[in-house]
Amino acid sequence: MFHSKVFVTLKKSILDPQGKAVEQGIHSLGFESVGNVRIGKYIEMDIDTDLQEDAERMTKQISEKLLANLVMESFSFTTELVQE
Amino acid sequence: MEKVKIGVVVFPGSNCDHDAQYVAETIMGQDVRLIWHKEGSLGDVEVVILPGGFSYGDYLRCGAIARFSPVMKDVVRFANSGGLVIGICNGFQVLTEAGLLPGVLLRNKSLLFICKYLHLRVENANTKFTNTCTQGEVLEIPIAHGEGNYFTDPETLVRLEENRQIVFRYCDPTGQLTDEANPNGSINSIAGIINETGNVLGMMPHPERVSDPVLGHTDGRKIFDSIIKSFVLQQV
Repeated sequence: MFHSKVFVTLKKSILDPQGKAVEQGIHSLGFESVGNVRIGKYIEMDIDTDLQEDAERMTKQISEKLLANLVMESFSFTTELVQE
Repeated sequence: MEKVKIGVVVFPGSNCDHDAQYVAETIMGQDVRLIWHKEGSLGDVEVVILPGGFSYGDYLRCGAIARFSPVMKDVVRFANSGGLVIGICNGFQVLTEAGLLPGVLLRNKSLLFICKYLHLRVENANTKFTNTCTQGEVLEIPIAHGEGNYFTDPETLVRLEENRQIVFRYCDPTGQLTDEANPNGSINSIAGIINETGNVLGMMPHPERVSDPVLGHTDGRKIFDSIIKSFVLQQV
């Protein structure tokens, strides 16, 4: 069994108004040295297979076809073996 | 003339499906059927409406999960064989997710859900969805969305402009394109686009909400009139 963690973020070229709003909140909190706040999504899942390669291939396909919209988002992921 | 057969797809979370059905059936007098998203086939419909709403609760991204509904396979087949498809609001989002229209609809620049009447300029009156409008005509049609900020890469944008695929732009009451008249930050004030072959239209404003005279405005009816007129023209 493998466990994948997928991170989906807006591409750098896309304005992230939500990140901007949170950044203002961070500044109001007193952390004025913080910048470039971006909001993304985190998705985790278990994949029932014995091969790391398979788990990674599936995670990549799922991310490309469903979890991220590549017009506006990019993604990264990690896939680790979990003991059953 | 025979009635046009119109199918309105119903996803879990669609909420403008019955409005679209009411307008097409009662106001326009056509033959309308609601199609549950689990149906594998559209049947013999000649026009497909993907209605507004919050399909699958807008989980993940607007329209992202709806595009995998069983019926969408047949919608893609229908669209690729030249069938008329109109996606309104959430329907537009589903069409972009399904790859039937380019680009994507981002969160509104203001982060607010905006529900109000506004003005649209008809940029291309030579489509099957706008043939009863005049070029440059200003329509008053409401929007109601939180994610309507149209975005696409610069190459696609050039192509959309060159092919006259931008059908509607947000404008002020006199037809001028201004930043104030653009409610959501859409690139080039885009409110609606059509595919290259001219049979798939996506628009964020809701024509079905302004088609019954009882509601005070009827500009939306022109979209439905145009669709029906395109069938009349076909028969001549």
